[in-house]
Amino acid sequence: MAEKPKVSIGSVDAMGATAAPPRTSEWRRFARIFFGRKLYLIGFIIVAIIVLTAIFAQVIAPYDPIENDLDHRLQPPSADHWLGTDQLGRDMLSRIIYGAQISLLIGFSAVFASAIIGALMGLAAAHYGGWVFTVIMRLTDVLMSLPSIILMMLIAGMLKGGGIWIVVFALGFGSIPGMARMMCGQALSVKQNDYIMAARAVGMSNWRIMLTQIFPNAFPPLIVGLTMGIGGVVMGEAGLSFLGIGVQAPTPSWGNMVMDGQRFLMTNPLLSLIPGVAIMLLVFGFNMVGDGIRDAIDPRLRGVL
Amino acid sequence: MALLDVQDLKTYFHTEYGLVKAADGVSFHINQGEIVGLVGESGCGKSVSILSVMQLITSPPGEKAGGKVIFEGKDLLKYQPNGPEMRALRGSKITMIFQEPMTSLNPVLTIERQLTETLELHLDMDKAAARERAIELLKMVGVPDAAKRIDDYPHMFSGGMRQRVMIAMAISCNPMIIFADEPTTAVDVTTQAQLLELMKDLVTRLDTSLVIVTHNLGVVARYAQRIYVMYAGRIIESGPAESIFAQPKHPYTIGLLNSVPKLGERHGERKLIPIYGLPPNLINMPPTCAFLPRCTAKIGRCAKEPWPELRSVGKDHYISCYVDIKGK
Repeated sequence: MAEKPKVSIGSVDAMGATAAPPRTSEWRRFARIFFGRKLYLIGFIIVAIIVLTAIFAQVIAPYDPIENDLDHRLQPPSADHWLGTDQLGRDMLSRIIYGAQISLLIGFSAVFASAIIGALMGLAAAHYGGWVFTVIMRLTDVLMSLPSIILMMLIAGMLKGGGIWIVVFALGFGSIPGMARMMCGQALSVKQNDYIMAARAVGMSNWRIMLTQIFPNAFPPLIVGLTMGIGGVVMGEAGLSFLGIGVQAPTPSWGNMVMDGQRFLMTNPLLSLIPGVAIMLLVFGFNMVGDGIRDAIDPRLRGVL
Repeated sequence: MALLDVQDLKTYFHTEYGLVKAADGVSFHINQGEIVGLVGESGCGKSVSILSVMQLITSPPGEKAGGKVIFEGKDLLKYQPNGPEMRALRGSKITMIFQEPMTSLNPVLTIERQLTETLELHLDMDKAAARERAIELLKMVGVPDAAKRIDDYPHMFSGGMRQRVMIAMAISCNPMIIFADEPTTAVDVTTQAQLLELMKDLVTRLDTSLVIVTHNLGVVARYAQRIYVMYAGRIIESGPAESIFAQPKHPYTIGLLNSVPKLGERHGERKLIPIYGLPPNLINMPPTCAFLPRCTAKIGRCAKEPWPELRSVGKDHYISCYVDIKGK
């Protein structure tokens, strides 16, 4: 019994104001939370594998992804062709590997472009209020009221040519309203805080407050939006390619591979299934990474996680 | 010559229910190195008055409806609320300490970032110098282990410590005037005393003027040299602290002082006399004295004539009331 108060005094002492908490570097803290959960770790590994595959596609792909080999059409997986061949005898594994390159390129560029434009629009709307807010938000309303697939088809259809940058533009454009809406809502809610008034009271300009005070607070949801957006855009690309207005043959993207395979769904389901699973894994991976980053960088969760 | 001279300041808010005259002709001045108390009940326009001086009232719904704020020979109200002139003053020459230490610091930025921001903004310091100065400031306001704690985030600080950080921010550029908007309302009594002593000590050392906005009469009694009492958007009594506490003249001030319990008073020695009723709704105010419905000293004139102008009742002592109250 005599020891009990000692323990509590000791713990109070360790938590007291003067005793500094143990210090760990920001990166270590980030790593501890991010890699501490199995799901985030799995997501990260999936994303890492896909990204590395995309970067080193030329090195690791066993065959040329667009070279036809009509003698070996629609083959099941074998030692020569690990994932079999498609209707033109092209090696599925090589096409998946090169497809990762195209899909990720489209995913990253569309999402980053739309995030930058959307975030600026959202910040501007929240910042200026009044008619600027009305114009920007009504514009996003209009864009959001159209089903995004229709919007993307419209853009991809109008800008004929089928280059991947047109797909990027169509997909990115479709993601802007969501980003703007999210950023605006975030900024408006952060703006209500006392520390924004305090920032004004020390003489910061509006833009400085936007960028140094509001933006960092609105950042975690943006990161999550970004990473999840990549998954969404890759799916969108698949959708467009499936409809034949995405990335044009013979360039392999996971989307147009699903489309190419669907005619053989009854006889050779692997043709569609393999790229489909790849898309699914990528979306899952990015979603997990997004969640992990959110948890790891939010200072409000410090001490909780 | 007063350092800051506020004349006939009017700030109105346009609300769904009508026009709220939150500050309706507020005049006060602050001298160099002086501690001034601005007291009154909640909602009487104390905070609005100082936020108006800083031009921090959001418009709409707020409106600067008139008046002058003379500082260094210029009328601050002529400047755009967020214009460069106003921004250059805020945080450097005129600073502010807010009521809520828990929410007045940005949760995602380190203490260093929040302190150096002001220094880099107003004093053009580089990063290293600003950090050095920030640590020095934290030491001045009594944050232990300042060199380490500067890298912490606000949530790692207690309320009192955060308020110390706010004070450090307020004094960082050697301001001429500090407005403290109920700086100690959100912390406990012992911390309150520490913070007030700290602030008093700092402003004396830096020869800065301090305006304490509060509803705590004990605080102003102890620290303020001059006092302004506000009611319903107006100053109703002003004067040196001693004469207001010794000989309050306005029925409202008398009521306030009568309703404060004193430590050491024996049971039954003096009855606490409350002020009955509630502060008026500031929408659609009658032209007569706003304290009239609660006043125990009213005379016939009060209900007929408009709200009286301030009149002198002693050395530097003014009240806005028709009634002469003799003695204590």
